[in-house]
Formats: sequence, C-alpha cells, structure tokens
Amino acid sequence: MSGAQGGDLNRNPPRPDRLDHAEGASVPLRSHVREAQPRGAVINGNHPIDQAEAAERFIAAPEHERMHDARLWDLRQKRDRQMHGIAEWEDLRRLASEIKEHALTHLDHYLEQFEANARANGIHVHWAQDADEHNAIILSLLRDHSVKRLIKSKSMLTEECGFRDFMAESGIEVVETDLGERIQQLDDEAPSHVVVPAVHKLRSDVAAVFARTLGTDPDDDDVHYLTEQQREKTRPLILDAQAGLTGANFVVAETGTFVVCTNEGNADLSANTPSLQIASIGIEKVIPRLEDLPVFVRLLSRSALGSPITQYTSHFRGPRRGGELHVVLVDNGRSERLGMEQFWTSLKCIRCGACMNTCPVFRRSGGLSYGATYAGPIGLIIDPTFNRHRYSSLPFSSTLNGSCTNVCPVRINIHEQIAGWRKVLAETHELPLMKKVMMREAGHLLSHPALYRAAIATADSALKHLPRFMVYNRLNTWGHGREVPAPPRQTFHEWYAKNRPTGQGEPT
Amino acid sequence: MSSREDILARVRAHKPALERPLPQVPFFDPPQGTDLLAAFRTAFVQMGGTLPDCGPDDPLDVARAMVAGMPVSCSRVPEIRGNRVLTDDTPPASLADIDIGVVRASFGVAETGSVCLTEVDLQVNTLGYLPQHLIVLLDPARIVSNLHRAYQRPEWRSMHYAVLQSGPSATADIEGVLVHGAQGVRSLRLFFIPAPNG
Repeated sequence: MSGAQGGDLNRNPPRPDRLDHAEGASVPLRSHVREAQPRGAVINGNHPIDQAEAAERFIAAPEHERMHDARLWDLRQKRDRQMHGIAEWEDLRRLASEIKEHALTHLDHYLEQFEANARANGIHVHWAQDADEHNAIILSLLRDHSVKRLIKSKSMLTEECGFRDFMAESGIEVVETDLGERIQQLDDEAPSHVVVPAVHKLRSDVAAVFARTLGTDPDDDDVHYLTEQQREKTRPLILDAQAGLTGANFVVAETGTFVVCTNEGNADLSANTPSLQIASIGIEKVIPRLEDLPVFVRLLSRSALGSPITQYTSHFRGPRRGGELHVVLVDNGRSERLGMEQFWTSLKCIRCGACMNTCPVFRRSGGLSYGATYAGPIGLIIDPTFNRHRYSSLPFSSTLNGSCTNVCPVRINIHEQIAGWRKVLAETHELPLMKKVMMREAGHLLSHPALYRAAIATADSALKHLPRFMVYNRLNTWGHGREVPAPPRQTFHEWYAKNRPTGQGEPT
Repeated sequence: MSSREDILARVRAHKPALERPLPQVPFFDPPQGTDLLAAFRTAFVQMGGTLPDCGPDDPLDVARAMVAGMPVSCSRVPEIRGNRVLTDDTPPASLADIDIGVVRASFGVAETGSVCLTEVDLQVNTLGYLPQHLIVLLDPARIVSNLHRAYQRPEWRSMHYAVLQSGPSATADIEGVLVHGAQGVRSLRLFFIPAPNG
C-alpha cells in the first residue's frame, strides 16, 4: 500500500529561541497586578446556571480577563502555526472525522473487540452504566487491595463522575498529579479547561493556594519556585500510593490498547508506580485499528496546544509484571447521546480544547462561568445531554461565529449544534423567561410587516431621544457591556420610498 | 441483565443506521531524499530535548562522563556502566533516588523528535520517569519518518507498555511559563550511537 505524499520534514525549522512544546506560551505573558480571583458560576440545586452573571464577575477582574484571553489566544495561534506546517492537515481532519463516525456507528462491535483483546492480554474489563456504578466499581477494587491512597492523572470522565468527592466520603485519599489539576484540587475548585485546568488563575492565585495548603512562601509567586514546590510535595505521595488511576485519550480495538497523552509524565508515574493500575474510559474513545491512531495523535496536541505531540504518548496493552490492570468502560449518557439525530457526532470529540481557545465568549468569561464539567463550545452541546434544565441557558453563551467548528480536529459542526440546542430547548419550554417573552414578541412583530416597519421607525427614533438609563438597563441585555450603535437617520423603507424608481410597487 | 449487556443493548438500539465506511489511512511519506536524521534533531530540540555537543570526542565517552559525574546512576545499556542494578523484581518506587538513568530507544520518529521506550528497554517502567535526568541512546539507522510509519512497528503489538517520549517532563500550567521536570525527568539527553548488534 503506497500512501499519499506528506509534507517536507526539513522545511520551516522552528526558531531556536522559541521552543514550542507542551503548553508553554510563545510570547512573554505575565500578570502584574494582584487581584482577587473571580469564582465560577453560582450552583443552586437544579436551577439553570446563569453563565452571564459569572462571566460579568470574571470581566470585572481585568487582570484575570486579560491574561486568560491572551494565554488562550496564544495557544490558538500556536495551533495555527502547526497546522500551516503540515501539508496534509485537512486530510487528517477528514480522516479523523470519518474514522470516528465509522467507529460510533459500529460502536458495539468495536467495544466487544477491545474487550476481547484486552482480556486476552490480561486486562480486567469492567462496565459502568453511570457515575455511581463507576465510583462503586473502583471503590470495591480499592477496598479489595486495602488501598488508602490513590494517585491519579487528569481525567474529565472522573470529573463527570464526581469521583474525588465520592472517594473523600469513602475515606480514600486521592492525589491529583497533574500540576494544574493539583492546583484545582488544593483550591477545591473544578478544572476550568479540559487541557489547562488552572488557566483562569494568575501566579498570585496559585501562590496563595500553595501557601495555604502546602506551606509555601506566600510572597513568592515565581512560577519555577511554585512548580518545584509542587514536585517536591507530591513526589512522596506518589511513591507510597497503593493504586494509580488514569483516563484514556484513545482506545484501539484491534490491539486491546489504551493510550494516554500527557506533558508531565504524571500518567506514566500514576500507572507505573503502584502495583494496582486502573483506567476510567468513556465508551466513545474506541477507534478500530492501530493505523488509525497516528491520525489522532498527530492532531491532538497540535490542536490543543500548538505542540507537535505531547511529551509523553503512553500505550498500555497489558498489566506490568507483578501488577494488576483494570479498565472501567463508562457509558454515563453516551449511549443515549448516540441516538440523538442532531447531536450524536458530538461523541467524536477528542477533548483537545481548541474550540475553547478560539471562542471569544470562553476567553473572556473563564471556564468556571459555565458551571458544568465541560465548558466552552463543546460544553454547550454536551452539558444539556446530562441535564437539560440546569444547562438550559448555556447554548445561548455563544456568538455562533463558527470558529469552533473551523478549528475542531474531528470536524464536529459545533456552532450548528449550538443553534440546534437553542431550538430544542425552545420547543421543550426550557427557555429562560426573559428570552421567552422577547421571542414571543419578536415573533409577532416579524410576522406582521406593517407592524414591524412602524416598530423599527419608532425604535430608531426612540433610541435617538431616550435617556441612557432607558437603553442601558437590566431588562435590555443588548445594552450590557456594549454600546448600542447609533440609529440611522431614516429606515431602509423610508429611503426606498423616497428613492425607488417610479412605476414600481411597494417592495415585498 | 448485566451493565455490560445493558450498555451494549442501548448502543445497538441507538447507533445511527448510516453508511460510514472505514477510510484507508495513507502514510503521508515525506518527499524522497528527506534527511531523517536532520529532521529528527530539529524536532527533538524543539520538544525540549538536549543533544549534547560531543565535538571531536566519542559520544560514548561524553555520555560515560555525564553518568560518572552523578552520585546514583542506573544504566540499561551494556556500553555504559551505572552503580544501581535493576532486576525484574525491583520495586518501581525504589528508583526515586536515581540521579541519572540510561536507556536505549527501540526507534525514533523524525516528525516529532520522539523516542520509543518499551518495558524491555526500561526493565522497570519507572526508569523513564523517576530519575532526575535521562540519557537515551538512539541508533540513527532506526529513525522512521512520521507517526504513520511509527505505528507500523512491531513493538505496539507485542509490548504491554510502550511510550513515545518527546523531550523531558514539561508543564506550563501556571501562566504559560514553561518548566521542565514537572513530575518526571528534568532533562532528556540523546546520543546517536549505533546498536552493538546492528
């Protein structure tokens, strides 16, 4: 089998002064002002999350907003540079999308194939319908092995499952080993981004968290110092943990392998140090063949961080000598989502976060403003599948500019699905009251042309003469955070009536 | 029904009845005559790896001197001697006090500057992570062009553990400031040395 020609590996060597790897920034960024960290969305039982309210508080912290915006936009630009260096980039996106859609439309087959091959290699395979069953399976494994402390690497699935809280209540100490995730754990806060969990925090925020929880110098916010302190404090916990847990980025049915990508090597430490190894894996992660894997590995880190590959791409196909390896395959709503005609392709997501980095709403409001496990554009289309009521306002936190769709490495039509969710939520009466009233009034106006024209002329005239407090108030959301444009001197219809060629009728 | 059966039944009931054939994945080979060694060197440095300058000296002598300068060293290669011996039963956590480890990579990948280390290369997998520094020997004849070629290698079908390491442990989780040695090795140094048995 001969292949298509690839790009020239000897072209465009990187500048030696710019080491574009891991999540490092390619431009000097640093915060200069100490400022209280804005916290995330208010969680109030099953009430709908008010993302806009939390976003306003984020914007009211200008140093946080500026750094967050600059940092994520830099990641987006690093991604673009990687994309331009690969001639076959669009081929890879097309292939990734086709492979995922094939795998999802044959998901039962590939799950069974993975299970059979993994078992043949000595892996114990468990199945969990939901978060509760996932947590119960792992707790029972930990109790069987008398585990007191579990070390783990970052996994969005375990965030979905409320794993840390559950283990804390069950008397098991859980230690996150990814720096960003560890910061979030010590601050008792959820990750704000799927790839860079503490990106919403400034160095001064981290210094305060570490001073409070690890006893570091509260006045030293040097990043090298903070990172080294975390290494020194976490290492002893890793060395005498009795179990290690990772997630998985990809699962290869053909070989029974699961693949974990990290920059810190913390997944390899978590998996290889204790004798009991566990992996929590969503059922949508499976791909058919080994030859499909490079398509995704080539896209993942380039899309996420603008780095050619993560520092560590680790492949687990069986237990270590003298060790035990358990895989928990978790559904937690995925099989239901598979049946949603408009939304099933959201299961193609490889959790790179590119849609977050490019999203103007996400960059200026911070991931915690969404009050959900998944933030940003991908969150807007996944979260309502978990809880349609609580996340009913999230699909409105988008400008529908389509940038998320353009950068998605597996070509999910994210912005179209966001629009689709708005429609579904309107049809199932999950719209917030204010939007409902506005939509009903707008619908009435738009279906009656004479009324519409009269209203527009009145509104334009009114805008000219109304005092500011009438335009910029709580009820007019379009006046929040922006200046309403100056109204035109005349409406189009007035202009047309004056200038239309004679003998032609009223425009329709 | 068990959870397994429930999940599979729901997947069967809900999976879209759409024709979605599995595509053939090309190899995307670079143009004929591409200098793979040069491409590997460039990518390896970009990923934060170190290629020590050996000048006119034998690279092995340079590597040996590095190892000799460290209090605790552990070598998995016959060309270089360390002072910590591993056995198949060495507890993984006991490698934490090693200052420098030495391993030979199964192969390298020019596209990404990655080296493949397997459970056989490492003997105890934590040798790739717990030492403060890691030296990797790579046979320049064992460099494949890109990841498509890399995944054609036999290691993926025989090993229980194999990793593509691309530079040292790195993080920039705080304000994007890149720091090496987040949890794993602080430096990854590479020497091009042909394998003794070809």
